[in-house]
Amino acid sequence: MSADLAEGESRLLYPPPGLPPGGSGAPPAGPADEDLRVVAARHPGRWLATGVVAVLLAMVVSSLVTNDRWEWDVVARYLTWPSILEGAWATVRLTVTASIVGFALGTVLALMRLSRSPLLQGVSWAYTWVFRSVPLLLQLLLWYNLAYLYPVLSLGIPFGPEFLFFDTLDLIDKFWAAILGLGLSQAAYSAEIVRAGILGVDQGQHEAAASLGLPRHRQVRRIILPQAMRSIVPTAVNEVIGLLKGTSIVYVLAYGELFYIVSVIYGRNGRVVPLLIVAAIWYLALTTLITVVQYYVERHYAKGALRTLPPTPLQRARWEAQVGWARLTGAPVPDGVPPAFAARVRVGRWVAPRTDRGTA
Amino acid sequence: MSGGLLEIRGLHKSFGLLEALRGVDLTVRPGEVAAIIGPSGSGKSTLLRAINHLEKVDRGFVSLDGELIGYARRGSTLRELTEREILRRRTRIGFVFQNFNLFPHLTVLENVVEAPIYAQGRPRAEAEAEARELLARVGLADRADARPRQLSGGQQQRVAIARALALRPAVVLFDEPTSALDPELVDEVLQVIKELAGTGTTLVVVTHEVAFAREVADTVVFMDEGVVIEQGPPEQVLDRPANPRTKAFLEKVL
Repeated sequence: MSADLAEGESRLLYPPPGLPPGGSGAPPAGPADEDLRVVAARHPGRWLATGVVAVLLAMVVSSLVTNDRWEWDVVARYLTWPSILEGAWATVRLTVTASIVGFALGTVLALMRLSRSPLLQGVSWAYTWVFRSVPLLLQLLLWYNLAYLYPVLSLGIPFGPEFLFFDTLDLIDKFWAAILGLGLSQAAYSAEIVRAGILGVDQGQHEAAASLGLPRHRQVRRIILPQAMRSIVPTAVNEVIGLLKGTSIVYVLAYGELFYIVSVIYGRNGRVVPLLIVAAIWYLALTTLITVVQYYVERHYAKGALRTLPPTPLQRARWEAQVGWARLTGAPVPDGVPPAFAARVRVGRWVAPRTDRGTA
Repeated sequence: MSGGLLEIRGLHKSFGLLEALRGVDLTVRPGEVAAIIGPSGSGKSTLLRAINHLEKVDRGFVSLDGELIGYARRGSTLRELTEREILRRRTRIGFVFQNFNLFPHLTVLENVVEAPIYAQGRPRAEAEAEARELLARVGLADRADARPRQLSGGQQQRVAIARALALRPAVVLFDEPTSALDPELVDEVLQVIKELAGTGTTLVVVTHEVAFAREVADTVVFMDEGVVIEQGPPEQVLDRPANPRTKAFLEKVL
């Protein structure tokens, strides 16, 4: 690296053709060009900022450690308490089920909105309007009280005979009331995300799929949606994370998800703060998990959008180790490592390429 | 592959106040190569897109071997067909876009076999074997597993041609197939089209390459302001144009 710079510097110092060496501002005499020393720029501001942030961090850590009101021993004890684990699992189940309901229905709503039928468009628009406007808390309580409006649910022909009957209270327990509330309102938001994704796919892709005579459902499923996913996934994951935390609102139904369990326990033993920390740690852990999944899902849909996919952190670590070992022992670099990657590894550190897109 | 007879009668198409096509009549005989030239905005691309019903027309019709594209005739009315039926009829027409429009998330081979399998219901093994043959014909046998963005523009356009041919179409429409290419890549694509010209498939090529039109086309069609101004063999239209507008256009591009 420094050798490159020195070379660049010295090249700049060459006088333009036609001028005598040493003319027009060049130093009259001194060390030969190749002996010029490179001095890195100094950044006092950066050092100052680093110092300030380091002190602030130290203050935070010290207060976390020395203030015994955090009661870290209580936190540790309850972190893997059986009922807390059950609560965390209930939160996961709520999040997964509501996400599936939300995105499945959202995709249908998005396709309805993009269809050419005014009725389908109108229904989709009205759905989004209603479910985005009414607060989630209110929706949850309404669904939970569905049995008051309709004690018996039946399947049949409108204004005609009915065939199948269900007792509403049996069908819609706390879990399903929560799923209806979370999933149906999620669908309203997902619909817009999916619609934006579909609109983001180049018009030429729609035309190419149509000109090949592909059936409509195949055009959507094979050609359009996979390409829309690239812009859908980041926002959709945002929504899933929002939903994960949003499940805590279900405590109003006294359903045993993480936050409800935590509030029950601190109601009994009065250890409010440590138990809130327990819940916070679990939400943090679950969100981290989702973020990791997001990375791999995004990578999957990036196929074809990038010329070459960057290595995953695991691949990178493995390749670095292999190349580093090969350099140390003088052995050849294993076949599994891309040559372009091996060439960029310097002293065991991977240097990112300047850009992912080459020129045609 | 046998070519189809393409008949276009009294085609009108407006976009809002702009009349893109103002009564186009054109017949392309089976196996013939027709090159459509003309200034930009003359309706060439709209005509091509109307042929396979990517654009709905306001009046007039297009038929392939006597079968209307996009409509069924009942007495004096043309009824638009259901989407399913339009899609079925479209598989007899291949379309090559200016910007290739390959599916970037699929491999080259997947791009080519998609329509034979899912639009025409042919068995995968047969479709793949034929796709590999087509890729060999356009000189890309070794890139079957690449994805479009890993190819040069010329290679992408050749894949797009293979994809259109995989439908075994009676007509292939080319919408300025070399306009988006770097100059040094134009020849490889024109070469593929030239080879195709001898195989009996009917070709309609909208192009700016007058030299190519002269060499390959049986008929050159000059369009301006939404109508066909002049058509005939290349030596007639290109060398001794009868219409002053054709003459003016050729003087500008040559």
